[in-house]
Amino acid sequence: MEVQLAGILSQAAGGARCVECTGATIGELLQSLVLRYPEMQMHLDEGVAVAVNGEIYRDRRDQPIPINADVFLLPRIQGG
Amino acid sequence: MPYETDYTNQGFTKVGTRVNRPDGVDKVTGRAKYGADANAAGQLVGRVLRSPHAHALITKIDTSKAEKLPGVKAVLTGKDFPDLTGGNRGLMDILENCMARGRALYDGHAVAAVAAIDADTANKALKLIKVTYKQLPHVTDVDEAIKPGAPIIHDWVRTAGVTPAPTTASNVAQRSEFGHGDVDAGFAQADVIIEKSFKTEQTHQGYIEPHACLATLGPDGSGELWVTTQGHFTFRNVCASLLGLEVAKLKVTSSEIGGGFGGKTHVWTEPVALQLSRKANRPVKLVMSRDEVFRATGPTSSTSVDVKIGAKRNGKITAATAELRYQSGAFPGMWAMFGAMTSFACYDLKNVKSVGFDVLVNRPKVAAYRAPSAPMAAFAVESVVDMLAAELGMDAVDFRIKNAAKKGTKASYGPVYGPIGIGPTLDAVKNHPHMKRKLGKNQGRGVACGFWFNFGGQTCTDLNIGVDGSVNLTVGTVDVGGSRASLALIAAEELGIDYEQVRVTIGDTNSLGHNDTTEGSRGTFSSGMATIFAARNAVDVLKQRAAATWDIPVEQVIWEAGEARAKGRQNNNLPPLSLKEIAAKSPRTGGPIAGHNEVVADGAGVSFASHMCDVEVDPETGATKILRYTVVQDAGKAIHPDYVEGQFQGGAAQGIGWALNEEYIYGDDGRLQNAGFLDYRIPVCSDLPFIDTQILEIPNPNHPYGVRGVGETSIVPPLAAIGNAVSNAVGVRMTHVPMSPPRILNAIETAKE
Repeated sequence: MEVQLAGILSQAAGGARCVECTGATIGELLQSLVLRYPEMQMHLDEGVAVAVNGEIYRDRRDQPIPINADVFLLPRIQGG
Repeated sequence: MPYETDYTNQGFTKVGTRVNRPDGVDKVTGRAKYGADANAAGQLVGRVLRSPHAHALITKIDTSKAEKLPGVKAVLTGKDFPDLTGGNRGLMDILENCMARGRALYDGHAVAAVAAIDADTANKALKLIKVTYKQLPHVTDVDEAIKPGAPIIHDWVRTAGVTPAPTTASNVAQRSEFGHGDVDAGFAQADVIIEKSFKTEQTHQGYIEPHACLATLGPDGSGELWVTTQGHFTFRNVCASLLGLEVAKLKVTSSEIGGGFGGKTHVWTEPVALQLSRKANRPVKLVMSRDEVFRATGPTSSTSVDVKIGAKRNGKITAATAELRYQSGAFPGMWAMFGAMTSFACYDLKNVKSVGFDVLVNRPKVAAYRAPSAPMAAFAVESVVDMLAAELGMDAVDFRIKNAAKKGTKASYGPVYGPIGIGPTLDAVKNHPHMKRKLGKNQGRGVACGFWFNFGGQTCTDLNIGVDGSVNLTVGTVDVGGSRASLALIAAEELGIDYEQVRVTIGDTNSLGHNDTTEGSRGTFSSGMATIFAARNAVDVLKQRAAATWDIPVEQVIWEAGEARAKGRQNNNLPPLSLKEIAAKSPRTGGPIAGHNEVVADGAGVSFASHMCDVEVDPETGATKILRYTVVQDAGKAIHPDYVEGQFQGGAAQGIGWALNEEYIYGDDGRLQNAGFLDYRIPVCSDLPFIDTQILEIPNPNHPYGVRGVGETSIVPPLAAIGNAVSNAVGVRMTHVPMSPPRILNAIETAKE
C-alpha cells in the first residue's frame, strides 16, 4: 500500500512524501516501515498517529487497514 | 476490545439532562482540597531560587551558608539531579527545565532549591545561596532568533525536517511542511490574491490555582505525591524516570484542579519537591508564587505568520500558503508544526502548503494551551479569508461556506475527512439572530472558524456497586471541566438508576491502570467510553446474580430500566429484581458486584467551531468592548449540556483576553516585565458579555453515544473573530494580537498617514 508521510516524518524516508509498505494492521504497517526506514524508529518512539481513511489512530496497533485505504502517517498530536 | 465502540443511536433518559454538579458544594464552601491544601506531619517548606538573567553561564553556586542555616534540611542544585534519562533528549529537556545544569536559559529558570522548617527560613536560605553568573547574549523575539548572528540557545540543535540534514547549530529546531497540489499553479489561476503578515504575543493559560504539591520520598525509593495536575499517571511516569524510581512505588494523587488548560500537563517543580524530600527524608510542600507561575511555567508561543490566499472571482479559493514561526521557549517543541497542520484545516483546498518553523528563544519552555497553536494560525488565516471576501465583494460567511471542508475533502494536513461539522456550524451562523443585529457607530462584526483534532487514548475505569445499590465509579482522568457529572450520568444511563446514586471518584495511580492525561478534549470522550463498558460489564454480573437467584439460564435474563427481568412465558411468575435488590443479596450470591474496563479510546473525531462577535471600539482611547459573542460548535452528543456550554464559553472568554489584552512583555534585558495579574490582564466578568452558545449534535460514528471532545476548539476562532470585528469597526486591518488600546490607536494613526 501507499503510505503518505506528513511533515517531519518524510525526512526519515530520505525526504519521500509517499512510500510503499505492507501490513494488514497499523502495527504491521509500522513494523514494515521501520524495516525499510530504520530512522523512522526514532519518530515511532516519540509517538506517531496513523490516519486510515481519515480516522486518526494514536495508539491502536491492532486496527485493521482495509485494502486500498488512504493511509497517512502523522506526527503525534498534543492537547491542552 | 470487549465491546463495540460504534455509534448506536440509542435513546437516553439521563444523558442530556442538566443535573447539579457533584463537586459544587465542596467548591463553594471551601471544602474541596486543591494542590496547596494537603499537609503531612513534619512537612517542610520548599522554595526555588531562580535566575534573574535571560541567558547566563552558572560558573559557581555556593550553598554552604544556606546549608548551615538552622532549620534548613536540604539544598539542591543541578548536581543533585544525575542524568538517568538514558540518552532520551526529551526527558533531559524536562530535567534541565526543572533545574538548570550549568546554564540559565531564561529569566526564572530554577538554579537551586531548599527545604526548611518554615517559609521564613526557606526564604532566608535562598538569599544565602550565592550564584556566580556570566551573562550571555540573549534573544526573546521569534523573528530576531532566526536572523543570522542571533545568539544560539543550544549548540547541539540542528534543524530537523531539512534534507540534507544541516551540520551547524540553529535556533530553528524543526521545519514541518504540510499540503498538497501545486500552489504556484493555483495562484496563477487566481483573480485576486491577498498576502499579509501577522504577529501574536505570548500568553499564559492563566489558571487561578498556582502549581502546588506535597511530596514524600523515602530512602527506599517509595514515595507519594499530592499534586494539582491534569495527568497524575503521566506525572508519575515522568518523575519516576527522572529520579530513578520504580513506577509502582510512586503513588500520585491528583487534587482538585483550579484550572490547567494544558499548563498542568507538564511537570515543573514536582521532581524538585520529590528530590528535596528524598534528601531531607521528610515531606516537602512546594507551592509556586504567581510570579513563578508566569516566569517559569509554560505559556503558549508568540508567533509570526505570513499568509497568502488566492481566489477566483466566483469565490472559489485556488491556492493558499502559510509560513508560521512559533517560539517554543528555551527547549525544542512542535508548536509550529501544530500551527501548520491546523492553519487551513477548515477549508477544501486543491492547492495548499503550510510550513512551520519551531524556534528557540530565551523564554520559558512553551507548554500546551487549549488546542495548542491553532488559535494563532486561525488568526492569520481567518483574517486573510475576511480580506479576500471583502476584495471579492462577497459576504464573509458565504465565502467560507463556499470553501468549507466537507466529508471527502482532503485535509490540508493530509488525510481525507469523514463526517465533519464545519459546514453546519457556518450554516447556523448564517441563520443566527446574532447576525441580524444592527450595528451602530464605531461598531464592527467579525466571524471566524476554528479546527482542532481531539484525541482519546489509554483509559481505565472501575465501577463498584455497594450493598445498598449506590455506585462508586472510579476514573483516572482528572476532572478539569465537570466530567464527574457527565460520567455519573453515563453510569446512571447504562445501569438504569438515578444520577444521585452514582458517586464518581478520581482514582490515584495505585488504584487503576494507566490513564492518559486529561488533554486533547479526551476526558468525557474516553472515560465516558470506558464507563459505558464498565457499566455493561457490571450489568453482566447483575444478570448472572439474578439468574442464579431464579435458578434459570442467564440467557433468559435481560436488563431493562434498572432491573433484571426474566424472559419467556415459563418465567412469567418471576418478578423483576432491581439493582438494589440484587446488590443487597450480593454478599451471599458471589460477593461484590463490579465492572471494569480498560480501553484505548481512538476515533475521537476532529472538531470545528464558528464564532461571531460584535465589538465597539472607542476611537479616542482605542479600548474595545465586546458587545455580543456567540459560539456554534459540534459536540457530537452533549452528555451534560451545561458543561458543554461552559467549555464553549470558557474558550471564548480566554480567547477574548488573548485577543484584547494578554501578553508577555519582555524588556531589553530579557526579563519578564509583567509577571502578575495586575500587569498581565486576563478578562474579568465586567469585560465580558453573556457568551451565547449553540450546540450542534452531529454524532461521532466512533463512540457509542456519538460523543466528540468539546474542551479546546472554542479557543481557536476568538482571536480571528475579534480581529475581524475590530478591523471592521475601525476600518483598518489589525495584524497584531493582542489588540490592546495602544496598538489599535497606533493602527488608526498609521492608516491616516
